Amino acid sequence: MALANVLQSESVDFSNYGRKCRGFTSSLYETELGLESVGGDNLSFAVRTACSDGDGSERKIQFLHGTTTLAFKFQHGVIVAVDSRATAGAYIASQTVKKVIEINPYLLGTMAGGAADCSFWERLLARQCRVYELRNKERISVAAASKLLANMVYQYKGMGLSMGTMVCGWDKTGPGLYYVDSEGNRVCGDLFAVGSGSMYAYGIVDSGLKQKDLTVEEACDLGCRAIYQATYRDAYSGGQVNLYHVHSEGWNRVSQSDVLLLHQQYQAEKA
Amino acid sequence: MKIVSGHFYGDNGKMKEYHYTGPVEHRFSPYSFNGGTVLAVAGEDFAIVASDTRLSEGYSIHSRDSPKCYKLTNTTVIGCSGFHGDCLTLTKIIDARLKMYKHSNNKSMTSGAIAAMLSTILYGRRFFPYYVYNIIGGLDEEGKGAVYSFDPVGSYQRDTYKAGGSASAMLQPLLDNQIGFKNMEGVQHLPLNQEKAVQLVKDVFISAAERDVYTGDALRICIVTKEGIKEETVPLRKD
Repeated sequence: MALANVLQSESVDFSNYGRKCRGFTSSLYETELGLESVGGDNLSFAVRTACSDGDGSERKIQFLHGTTTLAFKFQHGVIVAVDSRATAGAYIASQTVKKVIEINPYLLGTMAGGAADCSFWERLLARQCRVYELRNKERISVAAASKLLANMVYQYKGMGLSMGTMVCGWDKTGPGLYYVDSEGNRVCGDLFAVGSGSMYAYGIVDSGLKQKDLTVEEACDLGCRAIYQATYRDAYSGGQVNLYHVHSEGWNRVSQSDVLLLHQQYQAEKA
Repeated sequence: MKIVSGHFYGDNGKMKEYHYTGPVEHRFSPYSFNGGTVLAVAGEDFAIVASDTRLSEGYSIHSRDSPKCYKLTNTTVIGCSGFHGDCLTLTKIIDARLKMYKHSNNKSMTSGAIAAMLSTILYGRRFFPYYVYNIIGGLDEEGKGAVYSFDPVGSYQRDTYKAGGSASAMLQPLLDNQIGFKNMEGVQHLPLNQEKAVQLVKDVFISAAERDVYTGDALRICIVTKEGIKEETVPLRKD
């Protein structure tokens, strides 16, 4: 399998592992390593301390989860806006996570779900895109890049990967935006919001995109506002809003704004 | 009318367990939690990695002298807490990979490279993770302090300061306030010098030992500067 090949480790026998169905929206739940085997041996790799609490709660390994990311196409390219909070259960592990992965100077990938899953597979995608460039002497299209990613993670479908990502870029057909996740979905679209705070972000962007022909500045403000509103209402999103703009020359980082300062700014505007 | 008797309920509102609860399935767990707290701080030209030295399991203490900082190169120290078995194996694997790199490339690995490599080592066991919370502290290529913090499956990022392990949730907010100046208004953002940083680390661990049962006994501090790695041991509460 791709993972074993890349890491040159002995391949693990996956034939025993059954699974619990888990979409990336489970970023609301604590992730545990819930691998239950199909047969009778019932190995469950949950961490248990000898002195468990009265109700027998288990201390589980907690991975980093929970987010709001969004991307939308408009007249002048693609806007990508993300928050920067990583949670491990109810603990905020970091407020400064980079959820936009710079695959190459004209392709961006976003991170939602398991942090390690997203950063590992998108880093692998960057490698594959570079190999494509070297072999074919031209840049890879957004459709092809997203397909590479989707096919890589599809091999691990059912094993508990948690990844909901958007591949955004500009290729010779214009702006490109694809949503790819660990369940095997890959869809092209004009607007996506992914993560536990996505519903709040959709509300803002849907109402803001009603007027056609946004300028770059208006689109950036809309993206920023949407993430801010999501962080306001979603406990698992917060930190800073990182904003990127993808255009024909590639992408550039527009801004990084702390949510607390944005809150004060918007409150002042209301008054 | 059925009235639920208070006799059957414990103080926390849940049903009390009786001696015999029917057949109980005992499961083997490949993991155990050995406690310990690790902390790393990056300064302008130094980095500090500190850990307590208590090794516990359940209600027992296995050892009072089991530090969790491991020296990797002259400019990098790693702190590992969680399951001690996996900490030992992981550090052995990292040491082996460092040697291989040194032999093939004729130079030592930089802190950033070690961090990237550790991420892939951890992700290689994505479906049976190393139950270790890692924090790497060291100097980057420019000689500035660098701290890299990890989750058990390899997600990592560069920070200025980070606490990991059993008392991390208690220490991190204190560091946010004292080093990051978060949630304070009208305060001058003074850069951290080495003496103040060491004193802060000592104070922070003393606080952790007060309130976390798995942290205590002694504190091992490794200070990484361009001159090398200096170690200091400070006693903590033994109870």
